[in-house]
Amino acid sequence: MAGRTLYDKLWDSHLVQQRDDGTSLIYIDRQLLHEVTSPQAFEGLRLAGRRPWRLDSNLATPDHNVPTTLKERSVGIGGIEDEVSRIQVQTLDDNCRSFDIEQFSINDERQGIVHVVGPEQGATLPGMTVVCGDSHTATHGAFGALAHGIGTSEVEHVLATQCLIQRKMKNLLIQVDGELGERITAKDIVLAVIARIGTAGGTGYAIEFAGSAIRGLSMEGRMTICNMAIEAGARVGLVGVDQTTIDYVARRPFAPTEEQWEQAVAAWQDLVSDRDAVFDKVVTLDASEIEPQVSWGTSPEMVTGINGQVPDPASISDEPRRRGIERALEYMGLHGGQNIKDIHLDRVFIGSCTNSRIEDLRAAAEVVRGHHVSSSIKQAMVVPGSGLVKRMAEREGLDTIFKQAGFEWREPGCSMCLAMNADKLGAGEHCASTSNRNFEGRQGYGGRTHLVSPAMAAAAAIAGHFVDIREWSFNPERETA
Amino acid sequence: MNKFVRHDGLVAPLNRSNVDTDLIIPKQFLKSIKRTGFGPNLFDELRYLDEGFPGQDASNRPKNPEFVLNQPRYEDASILLTRSNFGCGSSREHAPWALEDFGFRVIIAPSFADIFFNNAFKNGLLLITLSEAQVESLMKQVEATPGYRLDIDLAEQVIHCPDGTTLAFEVDSFRKYCLENGLDDIGLTLQQADAIKQFETTYRQNNPWLFRAPVA
Repeated sequence: MAGRTLYDKLWDSHLVQQRDDGTSLIYIDRQLLHEVTSPQAFEGLRLAGRRPWRLDSNLATPDHNVPTTLKERSVGIGGIEDEVSRIQVQTLDDNCRSFDIEQFSINDERQGIVHVVGPEQGATLPGMTVVCGDSHTATHGAFGALAHGIGTSEVEHVLATQCLIQRKMKNLLIQVDGELGERITAKDIVLAVIARIGTAGGTGYAIEFAGSAIRGLSMEGRMTICNMAIEAGARVGLVGVDQTTIDYVARRPFAPTEEQWEQAVAAWQDLVSDRDAVFDKVVTLDASEIEPQVSWGTSPEMVTGINGQVPDPASISDEPRRRGIERALEYMGLHGGQNIKDIHLDRVFIGSCTNSRIEDLRAAAEVVRGHHVSSSIKQAMVVPGSGLVKRMAEREGLDTIFKQAGFEWREPGCSMCLAMNADKLGAGEHCASTSNRNFEGRQGYGGRTHLVSPAMAAAAAIAGHFVDIREWSFNPERETA
Repeated sequence: MNKFVRHDGLVAPLNRSNVDTDLIIPKQFLKSIKRTGFGPNLFDELRYLDEGFPGQDASNRPKNPEFVLNQPRYEDASILLTRSNFGCGSSREHAPWALEDFGFRVIIAPSFADIFFNNAFKNGLLLITLSEAQVESLMKQVEATPGYRLDIDLAEQVIHCPDGTTLAFEVDSFRKYCLENGLDDIGLTLQQADAIKQFETTYRQNNPWLFRAPVA
């Protein structure tokens, strides 16, 4: 018998029932809930007179729609100025209370972006199945967990049955070997992957990221990579378990302890693809060839290296592709052949479930130290992924570095990644953003997003335009007080 | 969920690929805690010339005359014909809710994003995947023929075209069963409650660390 992939193993260990029609019932270990995609699910339960199947598998926190200014946050839910948003956050609070579901509420220090909070708490563990009504749930696959983004009907289905109806996906291996260049990050790797396989390249697949360049990444970096699997069309991104994974999980609040820890760690050793496992498709990338990446268009596959140019539609023979690029350039206010470094920027956003963890903030602060945000930049903001990330950053003095440089230091939430709250771009404004989607209107009506790594976003804020981070003049560490 | 058996309707062409769910329903409308009322804001940024916000009366907003759904010939369209990777991006089920609320029952494209595909079927929408060539040919006919309709027979899995030809399509048998019967799949899954409990008991014995309270 051929070996199994990590995805095959996770699938097999959670398979409750396989049906004749090709669908299966998969047991779910962890459901993360937030305010935007859960109200209709709770309402559905209530209307049908159903209760959650297993309370302790659910964990909730508001993130998408919470304000990030201290002024609005200081008084809790009642301080949210936008009434519609306030009702939504209040509804999550009410639902968690009435269904007895654990919630890190708006001003709990453990509150934050679900995909930062789950791993940070050890609520995401290797070998688990994790779901959340958010497509970036793929993030948790960095732990060798099978994590799916789901819709609201599925949120309700998991609440009521502890299972998800699934069809098994195909296996795609993305092998990234070789040495990463200096200052090249997980974000650059994943943008380069999406540029290679396209936004539908992973549709129908579970992607496993492997190779020496992936092994060499921290858990934060692996989360950044798996987070954006969905931007390549895959619901699931995975990285096999190794010592880096186990070290990260150890001693987190929801992680097992003592005898159960030993038992769990022993079981987790098997959470890698077998040597003779067969993948349906394999894509290989040479890590040493990856440059700092910048997106120029309205789809995450519209990406090039920092020293590249915006493509010229006239040079593209495939008609639908040319039309897509023309439409994107019109929306972005760019022209073919324009240098990436010449794009004028208005705002800078450092945050989101892709890049708001401590390592991301450290990388950005290192660039910023001793510099000041360019006078041509209207706003540069840093939004930590959780209250605990914020506290850790403040203990390290990162907040001071950012504030002295002219950045705004905000309260945790999804913020300008999707601009549901007040943090948004104005029409026509260009933003260097560490988030995950450059879709039309994503960061605000008419807003123009350029996806980059935290260090690249920080450098762009200082310079007022994109610069090659490999040529940055870093200031040595010194007292920031 | 509405039953779907057979549907004869007017076709509207949305001639672009990679239509993401942010474009289908922008984020500001996701603040609603209801499942209904998203139709007026379907494709909001394409349909209107101003920026929309929740709770506003959409009837007085300036419409973009260029946008296909604003053209009188496509008024009352219930079948959307579009290009590849429709529904990519965010998992928001508000996207199928908006399409359904607007009046669409069927979407035809060469490919769909995975999460959107699941979400749509759970809301009584039939998603039909045809080849690039078939979509290209339909796109030309729809654009050239005012009043172009298709008659879609789910039971037989065929599309009847106005010229008398038919196009066969595939549909997953479980999804077909749910659509034809208007079934809520939670009820169906709960019929297997014993199997789930049995699985859970063994699973818990083997993975006790997954069934514990956090350390305060």
